Amino acid sequence: MIERGDEPGTKNVMGGVLYRQPTEKIIPGWWREAPVERPIVDERMWLLTEDSMIQAGFKSTRYAEEPHNAFTVLRVKFDKWFADKATGAGAVLITNTVAEDVIREGGRIVGVRTGREQGDVYANVVIAADGVNSLLSKSAGLHGEIPPHHVALVTKEIVNMTREKIEDRFLLNPNEGATIEVFGDSTMGMLGYGFIYTNRDSLSVGVGALLSDLIRKKVNPNDLMERFKANPMVKRLLEGGESKEYMAHLIPEGGAAAMPPVYTDGMLVVGDAAGMSNAIYREGSNLALISAKLAAQTCIDAHNRGDFSARSLAQYRHLLDESFIMKDLRLYSRTSQFFQNNRDFLEVYPGLLADAAHQMLTVDSVPKQDKQRAIVRRLLKERAPWDLVRDAFGALRSLS
Amino acid sequence: MAVNEQTFDLAARPASARVEEKLYNVRFKTDEDQSHLIVMDSELCARCTDKPCTTFCPVTVYKWENHDRKISVGYEKCVECGACRIGCPYYNIEWRYPKGGFGVQYKNG
Repeated sequence: MIERGDEPGTKNVMGGVLYRQPTEKIIPGWWREAPVERPIVDERMWLLTEDSMIQAGFKSTRYAEEPHNAFTVLRVKFDKWFADKATGAGAVLITNTVAEDVIREGGRIVGVRTGREQGDVYANVVIAADGVNSLLSKSAGLHGEIPPHHVALVTKEIVNMTREKIEDRFLLNPNEGATIEVFGDSTMGMLGYGFIYTNRDSLSVGVGALLSDLIRKKVNPNDLMERFKANPMVKRLLEGGESKEYMAHLIPEGGAAAMPPVYTDGMLVVGDAAGMSNAIYREGSNLALISAKLAAQTCIDAHNRGDFSARSLAQYRHLLDESFIMKDLRLYSRTSQFFQNNRDFLEVYPGLLADAAHQMLTVDSVPKQDKQRAIVRRLLKERAPWDLVRDAFGALRSLS
Repeated sequence: MAVNEQTFDLAARPASARVEEKLYNVRFKTDEDQSHLIVMDSELCARCTDKPCTTFCPVTVYKWENHDRKISVGYEKCVECGACRIGCPYYNIEWRYPKGGFGVQYKNG
């Protein structure tokens, strides 16, 4: 394992949710001893406008019971623990070292060139797990440049807050956690969303949008973050908290259609490096973990076959295809494309919905039927009937 | 539609909202010898109308220096997200990881 940070995790950023079941496939019972923040018992979704929000969610005591479903984590703490598990099992960890390029011999990849003196490392198989900016798979010729509409740029802040305050504010029992995904005005209608996750004694607050949208709208990510934090619905949740760390990260958003080849002679590509993320369902860490497991299984089988050629390593691709990973990523390509082509979902509908709710719930002696008619008139003014039908069916189809 | 023009008043924000202020809390080990980010052709930047790197970089590494007719690169505060690698319309930024152990060192992640 070659790590460019001073220790595992210090270069890594994620929203902060790790799922129990997929991680269990690597280390059974991991969550009993790993440094997790809080098990998530409450998942909320907000549709935000400048002064209002519509919320939905699912909270259940079932998630409060062991073995739980998902946990918030902070990668610096978690990754250190996780790497210790690997070294405990016999892996060698080299820190402070960048794998800069692949080494080729006779057309196949036989190792990596690191930034150290005499730093060539040879191996039967190189597994590129170098994240969204995978310079290794690029130097292996597996993909060219990623277009800006295939990545989201996300900023995140760690906001310190006492446990009691977090539990009171988010209506949680001690040590239980909540997540909130925030669509709509959080990204000014750009494709993306904001989030607020509860850690043990801090909040992870983030917001991100497609890089192409940020460029097109000329929005600075820190300005977007400040605007998100200043929204009255968000502001109250963060009040009194102290911002302790600011970070930024890219997330691959192209789905299956944008994935590079994931294997070649002597090399496999896993996780973000292979473009595996499913933002609609907030999944990424699970795809990385399971793809790494399938890669490991392929390496073991290839070792037994004594064959590390592309033909032998193609097993990895078959395993991915059979797993939920490629099935979900193929679906996600459609979903992501649909929302890119149908901007009204993020730009128009949140405001219409909030106004409709506002009208219906404001008690002002106007008959309900008149209110409903006014809402329909307004809707038809913004969207033709055929567009409404097309939007509804399109959204459903892109999600199923 | 820039955020600060229409919907968000930059001037009204507290100092803690500025990215420079936020970066005080972020741990860096700076490579004093060399920048891992290199703008390859300043002529291209001069011709680039929007200079989007000066806006979308989350820590404002890139600034247009009108006097020098080039983009200055504050690589010391780079958090290595890679947005400029992909977002420069001319792919004019040579982007590498900092040397092993250098660059941003997150405390939480």
